[in-house]
Amino acid sequence: MTDMSAPGNPTFRPSMLIYDRRYRSMTFQVIVFILVMALAWWLVNNTVRNLAALGKDFNFSFLWSRAGYDIPQTPIPYTSDDTHFRAAVVGLLNTLIVSILGCIAATFVGIIAGVARLSNNWLIARLMTVYVEAFRNVPLLLWILIVFAIFTEVMPPPNAFRGDDPTASMILFDHVALTNRYTAIPTLAMTNDPGSLDLGARITFNWATIAFVAVLIGGWFVRRMIGAWAQRVQDQTGSRPTTWWMSLAVMTVPSLLLIWYFGLHMVPPELRGFNFTGGLNVQNGLVALWLALTLYTGAFIAEIVRAGILAVSRGQSEAAFALGLRPGRTMNLVILPQALRVIIPPLISQYLNLTKNSSLAIAVGYMDIKGTLGGTTLNQTGRELEAILLMMGVYLTLSLIISAGMNIFNSRVKLKER
Amino acid sequence: MSDTHAQTVPFVRDTMLPPAEPPIREAGAVRWLRENLFSGPVNTVLTILGILIVWFLVSHFWDWFAHSIWNAGSLSECRQIIAETWGEGARGACWAVIRERWNQYVYGFYPPELYWRPTMAFGLLFVALAPVLFSEAAQIRRIVLGLAALMTLWLMVMLDAPALWLAFAAVVFLGALLVSERHPAWLLVFSILYPLMGVWFLWGGSAWGPIMVLVGPVLGWIAWRVMHPFSSLAAIVAALVIPVLWWIGYAGEAARDAESIVSFSIPAVTSDRFGGFLLSVTIGVSGIALSLPLGIVLALARRSDMFLVKSLAVIFIEFIRGVPLIALLFVASLLLNYFLPPGTNFDIILRVIIMVTLFAAAYMAEVIRGGLAALPKGQYEAADALGLDYWKAQRLIVLPQALKISIPGIVSTFIGMFKDTTLVTFVGLYDPLKSMSDAVRASTSWKGIYWEPYIFVGFIFFLICFGMSRYSMYLERRLARDHR
Repeated sequence: MTDMSAPGNPTFRPSMLIYDRRYRSMTFQVIVFILVMALAWWLVNNTVRNLAALGKDFNFSFLWSRAGYDIPQTPIPYTSDDTHFRAAVVGLLNTLIVSILGCIAATFVGIIAGVARLSNNWLIARLMTVYVEAFRNVPLLLWILIVFAIFTEVMPPPNAFRGDDPTASMILFDHVALTNRYTAIPTLAMTNDPGSLDLGARITFNWATIAFVAVLIGGWFVRRMIGAWAQRVQDQTGSRPTTWWMSLAVMTVPSLLLIWYFGLHMVPPELRGFNFTGGLNVQNGLVALWLALTLYTGAFIAEIVRAGILAVSRGQSEAAFALGLRPGRTMNLVILPQALRVIIPPLISQYLNLTKNSSLAIAVGYMDIKGTLGGTTLNQTGRELEAILLMMGVYLTLSLIISAGMNIFNSRVKLKER
Repeated sequence: MSDTHAQTVPFVRDTMLPPAEPPIREAGAVRWLRENLFSGPVNTVLTILGILIVWFLVSHFWDWFAHSIWNAGSLSECRQIIAETWGEGARGACWAVIRERWNQYVYGFYPPELYWRPTMAFGLLFVALAPVLFSEAAQIRRIVLGLAALMTLWLMVMLDAPALWLAFAAVVFLGALLVSERHPAWLLVFSILYPLMGVWFLWGGSAWGPIMVLVGPVLGWIAWRVMHPFSSLAAIVAALVIPVLWWIGYAGEAARDAESIVSFSIPAVTSDRFGGFLLSVTIGVSGIALSLPLGIVLALARRSDMFLVKSLAVIFIEFIRGVPLIALLFVASLLLNYFLPPGTNFDIILRVIIMVTLFAAAYMAEVIRGGLAALPKGQYEAADALGLDYWKAQRLIVLPQALKISIPGIVSTFIGMFKDTTLVTFVGLYDPLKSMSDAVRASTSWKGIYWEPYIFVGFIFFLICFGMSRYSMYLERRLARDHR
């Protein structure tokens, strides 16, 4: 890096390691490296000695022994005879379910509340301020406990829905029943079931689901092609062809055809004996956790959305109007791209927070990965070190995947500087 | 023609007409309503929706709040009183549980005859914070210190504090008020001593422990003074190494010896007696005080040119930010015994504070890094042009501006951390929210009481967190140096 033999450069002396700026950073890094290595060695050495003193070893073979406990809600088939590994996977899927549902709902709540807080309507703006401040300044755990207590203490038991003159009634046109043990929601059924794809390990995907996903992805690509075609026509002729009905048709018609072909319909829950059957009985832990996470994170997202909209200066929309753009295209081409640039980075960290906060599921007895791998499995096998390290690894991977995905999205909308 | 006209006019008004009243639709409450609530069809629908929401909330909860009971011995007694007063089937809030169990929510299982000690520690916290938070505005400083003094002394009298300690607190408050009039910066000495003092007041035991801890830096300073004439490098190394050696090797024994010679101790309170807001505030305040400096160091490390330092900081920050706090708390309660030498077993509250601090510091580092990045490059170059070395440039030019930019983020990290102190319930500590409410519900007289404790605890959390966010807004305004 530096020429040692250059004229005017004094010959190297040990004291230059400290007093010469060229070498000082090297010296400092070497010292830091030694200290960090020493700390790591100390920790590992302690762990090895402690494990030896307790007569334990460090291996993950417990994951393949019989779990022996039940999980109330399992996205993939699971019995108590399955392994701890499968229990951990069930827990991970439960974490993902509540996180994804929460992120979607919180985004909706946040956008509505954020825009409403900027509304000219005095009453709505004040109501939203109260909502945002109340949820942002109180621990999430309190909201989870309160929502859960509302379900378990206030809602009627399933048998209150019975008889000719029941004390409780279902909501949403007799499709949803809120009880103190579970929330009964409708489920989907098909008259023309195409069967399932077996992935092994008792994990199956219905062909209809695969068809729907394929049709939606295909529709999205076709829509982008239509957009590109419209852009090309506009570049050549100066007038943009009307495409909204094509996009709409591409996105909806194939799905509607599939619904008609498979005979997809909703089966509302029905009270048989003491319980609801027919529909899906969702554990109240999941509903309470989802609602609390949604409302709590929604309050934070509302502030992010509000800040993002306020960050776009008024002159931008005025300039767009002056250029003759209509309000819809002003929103799409001028305001949203600039607001999104401000909104997306903090939104990513809210999604990450929501995913991590879903570990509060232990407060309501929802078996997420903290409840299975970091809870019952840990207590049954006594393998604290392995279970907690594995659990932290899973959370870390999840966080990195989410932030990587959102960073790609962010780099696409961010300001293209030259 | 015009002058003849002027002469022939029989009447010229020489006073102004009073301005006409604006049309009723354009003035006062009607105009406000039209502009803010009913300016168009969409707005009208929204207003009606809002009124419906408010009506729904009020109609569902008003009778419950209106029928509040403050004097009762149990939930069944509460319900009986409500039924007698407002008729059978009436609902009502039973705040009597707060009246009867407030001490558990505030102090946990702390010995009741020693309640004055945490109270005094909390009151003196304001003196310690004074030079950091509100030293510039003399008026506010006087109000805050005076109010804190009055409240603390009054509460200590109510809690039967010994006269000696009452006098001590009074002297400290009075001294702080007088000293801060002339030299507000001198209060920093108290701020530095306060952590040790606070720990001693809360946990009690021998005063020699904190004193011997304090001896460490004094020894380091002496070593630095002695060595400095010979070699400044050796002086710095000695000043860093000697206190550490002292703490590891001799401080404990020295404290025991001193205690056996001259006993100077107050009753000790073990960590399992801590609970309620005492626990939350202890963890919160320590975490806040420790995570800010650590966060600054991490942020500087992450922006460092040194590859190794930078990668270590990145790994640490991303690791901590990638796992939930609960997982780290479980590490503190279950795994720390594995990582430390066999036989070490240190306090669970201390372990939790360490983990909460590391957690908050990682978030703090990112917030401060944002502030550092937002600072114009010209500021760094100006510092270099002035010939300042790295630490002087950071201390005098970069950090004051970067920290000012990051105040909102820093305070929201503090708020988040204070809210997260409730999670200690999952490692078996008695937080005010879950564990304490469960403990209250476990008694037969308050079995089945849910809403009142939650609302009470939530309200106090709201007051503290909302206060912090308002303070950060005040601080931003006070520190604004541009566009005045």
